[in-house]
Amino acid sequence: MTVILNEGDSAGTSGAASGSPVDAAPEPDKAMTRGRLVLIRFVRNRLALVGLSVIVVLYLMAFVGPLLSPWSYDQQDYTAFLQPPYADHVFGTDKIGTDMFALVMRGLQKSLIIGLLVALISTLVAAVVGATAGYFLGAADRALMWIVDLLLVLPSFLIIAILSPLFRGESWWLLVFMLAAFQWMITARIVRGMTLTLKEREFVKAAKFMGQPARTIIAKHIVPNMASLLIIDATINVGSAVLAETGLSYFGFGVQQPDVSLGTLIGTAAESATTFPWLFLFPAGFLVVFVLAVNWVGDGLRDALDPTSTRVRKREKKDTEEKAA
Amino acid sequence: MTSSEILFDSPADPVVEGPVLQVEDLQVSFPSEAGRVHAVRGLSYEVSPGEVLGIVGESGSGKSVSSLAVMGLLPPSARISGSIKFQGRELIGRSDAELSKIRGRRISMVFQDPLSALTPVYTVGDQIAEAILVHRKGSVSKAAAAKRAAELLDLVGIPNAAERAKAFPHEFSGGMRQRAVIAMAIANDPDLIIADEPTTALDVTVQAQVLQLLETAQEVTGAGIVIITHDLGVVAGFADRLMVMYAGRAVETGKVDDIYSQPRMPYTLGLLGSIPRLDVGEKQALVPITGQPPSLTDLPPGCPFAPRCPMVVDACHTAEPPLINVDGSAEHHAACIRTGEIAATDTEGAEAAAEIFGAEVVEAAEIAKVPREERRVVLGLDALVKEYPVNKGVVFKRRVGTVHAVDGITFDIREGETLGLVGESGCGKTTTLMEILGLEKPMGGEISVLGTNVSELDAKRRKAIRRDMSVVFQDPMASLDPRLTIHDVIAEPMQVHGYGKDEINRRVPELMRLVGLRPEQLSRYPGEFSGGQRQRIGIARALALEPKLVVLDEPVSALDVSIQAGVINLLEELKSSLGLAYLFVAHDLSVVRHIADRVAVMYLGKIVEIGDVDSVFEAPRHPYTQALLSAIPIPDPAKERQRERILLTGDLPSPANPPSGCRFRTRCFLHASLPPEKQRTCIELEPPREVQALDHEAACHFAQIRQVL
Repeated sequence: MTVILNEGDSAGTSGAASGSPVDAAPEPDKAMTRGRLVLIRFVRNRLALVGLSVIVVLYLMAFVGPLLSPWSYDQQDYTAFLQPPYADHVFGTDKIGTDMFALVMRGLQKSLIIGLLVALISTLVAAVVGATAGYFLGAADRALMWIVDLLLVLPSFLIIAILSPLFRGESWWLLVFMLAAFQWMITARIVRGMTLTLKEREFVKAAKFMGQPARTIIAKHIVPNMASLLIIDATINVGSAVLAETGLSYFGFGVQQPDVSLGTLIGTAAESATTFPWLFLFPAGFLVVFVLAVNWVGDGLRDALDPTSTRVRKREKKDTEEKAA
Repeated sequence: MTSSEILFDSPADPVVEGPVLQVEDLQVSFPSEAGRVHAVRGLSYEVSPGEVLGIVGESGSGKSVSSLAVMGLLPPSARISGSIKFQGRELIGRSDAELSKIRGRRISMVFQDPLSALTPVYTVGDQIAEAILVHRKGSVSKAAAAKRAAELLDLVGIPNAAERAKAFPHEFSGGMRQRAVIAMAIANDPDLIIADEPTTALDVTVQAQVLQLLETAQEVTGAGIVIITHDLGVVAGFADRLMVMYAGRAVETGKVDDIYSQPRMPYTLGLLGSIPRLDVGEKQALVPITGQPPSLTDLPPGCPFAPRCPMVVDACHTAEPPLINVDGSAEHHAACIRTGEIAATDTEGAEAAAEIFGAEVVEAAEIAKVPREERRVVLGLDALVKEYPVNKGVVFKRRVGTVHAVDGITFDIREGETLGLVGESGCGKTTTLMEILGLEKPMGGEISVLGTNVSELDAKRRKAIRRDMSVVFQDPMASLDPRLTIHDVIAEPMQVHGYGKDEINRRVPELMRLVGLRPEQLSRYPGEFSGGQRQRIGIARALALEPKLVVLDEPVSALDVSIQAGVINLLEELKSSLGLAYLFVAHDLSVVRHIADRVAVMYLGKIVEIGDVDSVFEAPRHPYTQALLSAIPIPDPAKERQRERILLTGDLPSPANPPSGCRFRTRCFLHASLPPEKQRTCIELEPPREVQALDHEAACHFAQIRQVL
């Protein structure tokens, strides 16, 4: 609280008056920190909340589900071939008697983990490359941007398809790196642009003038200040990475047998989608639900982090009108 | 119909007697995350025809919101109640279409930022013509409107108006843009002009021109003017009546002279006392108003100023005081229950403020008592040059010119001394600073820090020298990384220079106390602090390495006046207790007069006058210094009205193509008054810097003292 001086003692404390705390900052519990503000705005967006809970549930299902299920994905039930869902096999079985629930969970697991890793790696690469190019400019910028432009014009799907025979039988990690290698470029360009603006901000100049080395400035001041962009980007990248992985796997270039992903499941079930719909609908349904949820969360984050977002404004107005009424 | 008839035709409605604008019990509130913000809480005022009303207040006091409400320009989420009568007709509740007929025709507005007030894709002439056409469709032809636009541009003092009307806004300088905006505002001969901080974004010399122009505009149109500002100096000579706003309400209203000489509300007193004055020679005690304006979401009962008021008593917390007549005058009102006691003090104006707020003059440092010649040189510049190439072409870049940003400047700063570096924007102040801070080998000349020539430094020694020199930037919002806690912000320079963890943890709270903040706030983020507090944090960071020299780049120009005083006092105290030397870059000469020991005036990359601050301010020799000084308003209406103002014509010439001989000659009033043979000297010979008096040099062939204060 502010020190309240009355006329009598103001003279006595006069010397301190100029140096005394410029206090009266809002009381701590009332202070709106940026984090809390973003949280409030995010929570207000119901769709984003639904999306977030769907994602959490999907991850839980994919990793905990198989533990609870009596069947495993590489185990066959020779008493049930091509059975529609029933009590023993909640998602039915395929033509060799594998439990579809175990299979879909295994595929979901793979797709989710690939999606997550690809998003993390590509966003990280984008941040490092974009910030380096934007901060140093000159030769580094030209070289890095040349690579970015080159990768942007290459048809990534085709390249991965051509290269996939090379990593046949290798671990799925290679696929993760391949997917990540073709997903960071556009973000890197945005990051570079933001770095150019941030570089002119006075706190970056201040760090430079106190002798802070360039890599510390990038790591400490530039990248954290783009956090909102990077978070949103990573979220949306998860969705597109899952889509890319399923696309590749569908055509047989991605995850290889005997391992499964949502893509391979959809691929093998595609021809029987109308005759044995449970083979197709379950993996496809999970894919659609997951990508949709990710996009809702991405939208919600963008609106919450962007103070000028009009959608939030509209919502605010509606809320206040409701309250007024 | 001739174009002058267009401007001065009689309005369709009969002229209404009485005030042009009558605002009564205006309330405006906005929704926000933290609850409803009551930006304006019961505001009443009147403007008579031909009268200038000044509205003064800190940012967030509701002054802009109240005038946007008059214009009907508030966002739809705003809730407005009360009454706004324009020439007797109620404006609140009218549709946007109805208001549009009045806006721009009967009421016009001049905005703060002339760049965003003009559309970049249309020529200036077209935009002014549009303002005429939109309200007089049918009665005015396009050609007549275009002609009128050129005449209006001429009226607001734009040379070659017919030519310039075809130019786009980006081809105009800031001052010219503001003139164009004013031309647009008077295009339809309005009855009321609202000017929202019309000079804040402009240089002092241009500010003087624009104020003069508003006065002309008022004479031409006979309109009432509402001028909104945070600077009490600006309105002193211009306004007839003044309204001081605080927390969405008027806290004092009255005639300009009454308010400046007998302020009766402690807030007004504080505002007056917080302005450093150009015309006060001896050290003056600046009044800092502690704390910050209250949050307008849920105000506690009682006087909103009470938490910051030095005269607060228990009764202040019970009810919000209404505006009451003071000093038996029908026109002077103040919202304070202790006006009588303020009236009873022996002193008046700023002195009374110093007494009531208990401000004291800061003692000079020990080191300052040593004669200047015996003190060590902390920073020395010798004929420093910085040029930028102007390139053309995309593939094959060829050099088509050179911008002489800094063209051979020489000065030195000694221990415990403050050098103020002043000049208009574009004169090379910032470039000079960046050259000094960069510690790289300059393009020409020499920079030496504590006797070490920076051209000879290797990376290791350059880093070592950074310990002795630190910087405080202008914008307290941009100078602290929003993602770091205050502790990390202040600790950063110490981490860079290898301080141990224990030492950092010991020193950070110490620094917080040094700049008048509480160490408990260390774990907070910059966003939770006010502008003044952030600037203090910036100062704490600058002091972390115990530097000898602190470079201050306009450290107070982004702050409200009441906060500014506190930061200036802090800087003075630190200088005196730590024996620091400051390089203080500013465009506000009153602040420089208050804080600096010596001052250097820069014009187009050169120093035109340098010397002891009292000598330069009291007996300026260079015509540019004289013009700069005369452009600074003094917060004293009587004095301000008597002052003779030297108005510089035009804007700063381009540093890519500076005039021959004396660079100032194109705008120099002295040059213009000289006989031709003497003028030739100015055109052909570059004036050298010559000693005019003890520690006072000026670069003018015909230097003569001229009193301008």
